[in-house]
Amino acid sequence: MIIAIASGKGGTGKTTIATSLALCLVAKPSPPVPLDASSLPLFLDCDVEAPNAHLFLKPVFDQCHQVGVLIPQVDEALCVHCGTCAQVCQFHAIAVLGEKTLVFPQLCHGCGTCTLMCPQSAISETLQVVGVLERGPTPSGVQFARGVLNIGEPMAVPLIRQLKAWIDPQADQVVIVDAPPGTSCPVVASVSGADFLLLVTEPTPFGFHDLKLAVEVARELHIPAGVVLNRYVVDSPDGRYNTFVETFCQEQGLPILLRIPFEREIAAGIARGKTLTEFKPGFVSVFQELLARITTEVQTGVPIQRF
Amino acid sequence: MKIVITTTSPDITAEIDPRFGRASHFLIVDPDTLEWQAIPNPGVTASGGAGIRAAQFICDQKVDAVISGDFGPNAYDALKEAGISMYIFGSSRTVQETLENFKSGQIEPLTAPADRGRRRR
Repeated sequence: MIIAIASGKGGTGKTTIATSLALCLVAKPSPPVPLDASSLPLFLDCDVEAPNAHLFLKPVFDQCHQVGVLIPQVDEALCVHCGTCAQVCQFHAIAVLGEKTLVFPQLCHGCGTCTLMCPQSAISETLQVVGVLERGPTPSGVQFARGVLNIGEPMAVPLIRQLKAWIDPQADQVVIVDAPPGTSCPVVASVSGADFLLLVTEPTPFGFHDLKLAVEVARELHIPAGVVLNRYVVDSPDGRYNTFVETFCQEQGLPILLRIPFEREIAAGIARGKTLTEFKPGFVSVFQELLARITTEVQTGVPIQRF
Repeated sequence: MKIVITTTSPDITAEIDPRFGRASHFLIVDPDTLEWQAIPNPGVTASGGAGIRAAQFICDQKVDAVISGDFGPNAYDALKEAGISMYIFGSSRTVQETLENFKSGQIEPLTAPADRGRRRR
């Protein structure tokens, strides 16, 4: 079972939720929920531009390898400047300009179409390293893996795809995917294939606005979704955004699965690098119930109804 | 001589479009005969690489120069490689003004892209 955590807006608490879920999966002494997973949970930090889940789960990396994109290289001696490569490139990463063929590596997705379609076989490919994948266990018993995109690299998707290749479809394990913020390609690449999508939002204009975008992504990808309302606060100038989020969720048939109050104590704990369930043990059972409900929905296909 | 002016609509009386890659239309015009043709920019809907797509299109039209308000680094490199001169509108707001200023030499050729800031490598 793959549970992805996304939000739209950044800083709403994706990693807080994701790391707490992961710790609940290995909580002792009582096994959390009726999960018949036989192997340890896998945590994937897909926010490769700014991974931070390691600060909370503290893995010891024992595997690391480089990831690259295959960039076309044009042999000008063979190229007849027919323009086929430029026509077939979906990303406009190659242009044929008179007697010159120009490659724009920062736009290339490494799909190989130009190489395949070149009638002169004038294109070869060279691997350009864009980042690394790292993997290792955490002291709590979670298998942790993350991608780290090299600074200045614009293309996160190839790294995320290869990170997700570490999910063993045969393994009977729970996978927690901590997605990057936003709703663009890296998010789609991260949450694709998930069995359930947890959308973390906050009662602010931006949190609400981006939640609506994130819900569209969930619908487009046909992933069942539920909402976590973080920094839940009633008596504040922004209190009305609680109502906006709640009304929107009701209209959309989206269950609000969890409300986390806006408390200084929580902010302070996170700032010390602690996971929510570590300094607020009361949340362990809350997250276990959340996991149980998600598991039931994924296993039975019956949507969670409570708001 | 054929030049391209980026415009907001497909007409010789159009206002200029200050963007290159995301310009609405390309007006291909001969400044001497004023013979013209307007073509929608195929790059305008591109999710990425709009400037390169637009530059490729301009290059395929076999023109001598492009006048726009801004050329991104990729578009600049592509047009430069294609040997197409780039000019900046300056104070011109319409195609007519642009053509007059171009003919009287009041429009300066561009020698560097507008912004290298987003260039990654």
